[in-house]
Amino acid sequence: MAAVGSACLLVALGCAIYALSAPLVAVRTGRRQFVVSARRAIYSLAALLLVAMALLEAAYLRSDFSFALVAQNSSSATPTFYKVTAMWSSQSGSLLLWALLLSLFSSAALYLTRRKHADIAPYATAVLAGIAAFFLSLMVFFESPFATLAAVPADGSGLNPLLRHPAMMFHPPMLYTGYVGFSIPFAFAIGALIARRSDADWIRSTRRFALVAWTFLGFGVMLGALWSYSELGWGGYWAWDPVENASLMPWLTGTAFLHSIIVQEKRGMLRVWNVSLIIATFVLALLGTFLVRSGILDSIHAFGASTLGRPFLAFIVVILAGSVALVLRRRDDLRSTARLESLCSREAIFLLNNLVLVGLCFVIFWGTFFPLISEAVTGTRASVGPPWFDRYTTPLALVLVLLSGLGPIVAWRRVTLAAVRRAFALPVAAGCLVLVALLLATRAAESVTSLVMFCFVAFVGAAVAQEFWRGASARRAISGERWSIALARLVGRNRRRYGGYVVHIGIAVVMLGIAASSAFVDQRDVRLSPGESTELAGYTLSYRAPTADILRDRAGTGAPITLGAVIDVRRGSDRFVMHPSRNYYPSDVAADGAIGRFFAGEATSEVDIRWGLTRDLWIAVQPDLRALAEPIREANARFADSGGGVQAVVLAALAESYRDHPPPATFRALVSPMVIWIWIGGAIVMLGALTAAWPSAEGGRRRLTSVYAARLAHQASGATTR
Amino acid sequence: MDPARKRTLRLIALLGTALLLAAALMYTTFNASTEAKTPSEVVAGAEPGRSYELTGKVVDGSINRQDGDRLRFAVRDRDGTTAVPVVYSGVVPDPFREGREVIVTGQMSDDTFVAERDSLITKCPSKFKKTPPARGSTA
Repeated sequence: MAAVGSACLLVALGCAIYALSAPLVAVRTGRRQFVVSARRAIYSLAALLLVAMALLEAAYLRSDFSFALVAQNSSSATPTFYKVTAMWSSQSGSLLLWALLLSLFSSAALYLTRRKHADIAPYATAVLAGIAAFFLSLMVFFESPFATLAAVPADGSGLNPLLRHPAMMFHPPMLYTGYVGFSIPFAFAIGALIARRSDADWIRSTRRFALVAWTFLGFGVMLGALWSYSELGWGGYWAWDPVENASLMPWLTGTAFLHSIIVQEKRGMLRVWNVSLIIATFVLALLGTFLVRSGILDSIHAFGASTLGRPFLAFIVVILAGSVALVLRRRDDLRSTARLESLCSREAIFLLNNLVLVGLCFVIFWGTFFPLISEAVTGTRASVGPPWFDRYTTPLALVLVLLSGLGPIVAWRRVTLAAVRRAFALPVAAGCLVLVALLLATRAAESVTSLVMFCFVAFVGAAVAQEFWRGASARRAISGERWSIALARLVGRNRRRYGGYVVHIGIAVVMLGIAASSAFVDQRDVRLSPGESTELAGYTLSYRAPTADILRDRAGTGAPITLGAVIDVRRGSDRFVMHPSRNYYPSDVAADGAIGRFFAGEATSEVDIRWGLTRDLWIAVQPDLRALAEPIREANARFADSGGGVQAVVLAALAESYRDHPPPATFRALVSPMVIWIWIGGAIVMLGALTAAWPSAEGGRRRLTSVYAARLAHQASGATTR
Repeated sequence: MDPARKRTLRLIALLGTALLLAAALMYTTFNASTEAKTPSEVVAGAEPGRSYELTGKVVDGSINRQDGDRLRFAVRDRDGTTAVPVVYSGVVPDPFREGREVIVTGQMSDDTFVAERDSLITKCPSKFKKTPPARGSTA
């Protein structure tokens, strides 16, 4: 089976190389059929990679340990869900996933544009095939996902316990879909540059792909944050870790791109900027994939030295240098056809939003790569921590949120004072009202930046709500529809615009969650014996009793031993019970002893979270194993050669001893206000983005009406000047 | 002033401001950063009262949990034996154990590295590793 998989990859590489060269032949000779056959080669590439992926997944499901990959990160005891998803927790498996997603995206994009862009398509096909060829050669020549083991082990080593969390299993495919998706607008932008087509055609054909990529990337980032909060026992959702930053950077430039292309479509401006942004986004996406594998930066996610660092770096340099050279050679074709007329216009706001987003990306880039930079400049490796990132990103985030409220209510080209007064009255009033209410009723004044953020969020909410209300009431005035129908049709007919507004609301809600939870979190680390209590932010936490379970892991990760605590929580008249615990996975080191090895392997916090709309209570426990050390040592000696049945009895006895003579345990408890709104906001963003990306059946009709509208507007303006 | 000239001036002002901001950012980072040091570098000479980021591996058999959430362990060079004792308190990351690579921030005081609270970072046992993690061994 492994041989079939390897053959698939080899043939796929052949297809990619053909699809890379055939379009260039077509351009040289003018024989269009080569472009068509290149497109079909990309389809076959996708089919081959689907087969390869299916073969590998089947091996995981059958627990076929002759596959090196299956032996490394799966085992017969691994739950089925984690068997399926273990594939992309390995390096070569994740490369296969990358290549598969790329081939699927490329096929879809080339199929949808097959009757358009006769001049751009050959180059775009070649670029996409080139990227695919790179990833395939990594798998064919460096790390094959179909490597086999000569000596087949009896069982695999299992999936890293830290990764056994649903959010973590969906996180990589989401991120990859995002990274890969940006290759489509990138390829078409390069195609348009080579073909000297500086109009917005390539943007119209690929903006939906950019939007889908952006959505998935954002979703992936959100899942990563959720995993950090609910699985890693430290209580935070973002640590400015290099790998986190690497996924955020292309999302930021992608956000800038999604905005600035609107300016090019509407006003013919920012052409150089748009191609530069999509190049930057794609390069940052590659960099994100690369960082995870290179080990050049110290990160919580250490990736070990990998053989792929150099080829990846070389590929990134080639892509970057080639793109920049191309933009420079075509700069004369990229002149704007319009000028910025006023600094009080929507295009000016868009420009400002772009500058802030790129600035934010630059700050994060600088901080992330600072260890390398300082080593090059001063000779010593130095790094910056979360406080540094917070200091620079907070003001930029504030400005961004403010702009996301300003953009929708400021008109294109220029605004009049009267229009400003009409559009701003309600949102500004909402912001002021929230300010006064928070100052009077809460302790929000303790953090000025959070207070400002709350006011800005209110401003954005009111501004966007006002836009919806105006649009819907205009429809009502004409058609007399009911409110709900007017609102639904308003969004349905202008999906991109109103979907975008929903995204703005979602981002404001995310920022609300971040501002509240980062500034007003209460935290306590405390050591308690059963019967003792502690107070935290109005909650009384009492450690009632310890728990010790054998093969009863509530999270379903297959942990043999779970030690935990029963905690009674009281807050006013509200009473409930929480069960934080810690899973212990066996080690495979003989020196740990027959019984001791069950406690000596990986251990993961199983945090218990009481989610709430206003605040979360988050508790993690770290049981003290020192009291068990002596009995374990004794058991190691006495039951060294005993069978599994006896070992299970001994473990049960150890668990009982832990329950009966519980040592004090260390707890970390957090009361985090409004943290859940980060993910609610994320869901709103998804909803808005999907609304904006949804294909509309009436696209053709609308193009006609917009031409008609443009003609009418032209006549009208002619009439007034005459 | 003619519009083209005005536009150029505006562009120069904008670029100038951006450059200035970027330069300020770059300059301040050098002061705000903490130097990364290996155990042998810290032992050889560390300014007292200055924070460093200590990077290395946890020495086998050196982990000693004490009452409260205090933890004592020793960190050695990645490829060497020079080690420095560390006193730490705060949350211990799940993957922390002997032989793992750690990063911890703190200061030297009397031959002991006194770590800041909650500053311990442990690298995951490589998500992307060719061989199964060889724990317990000193490699």
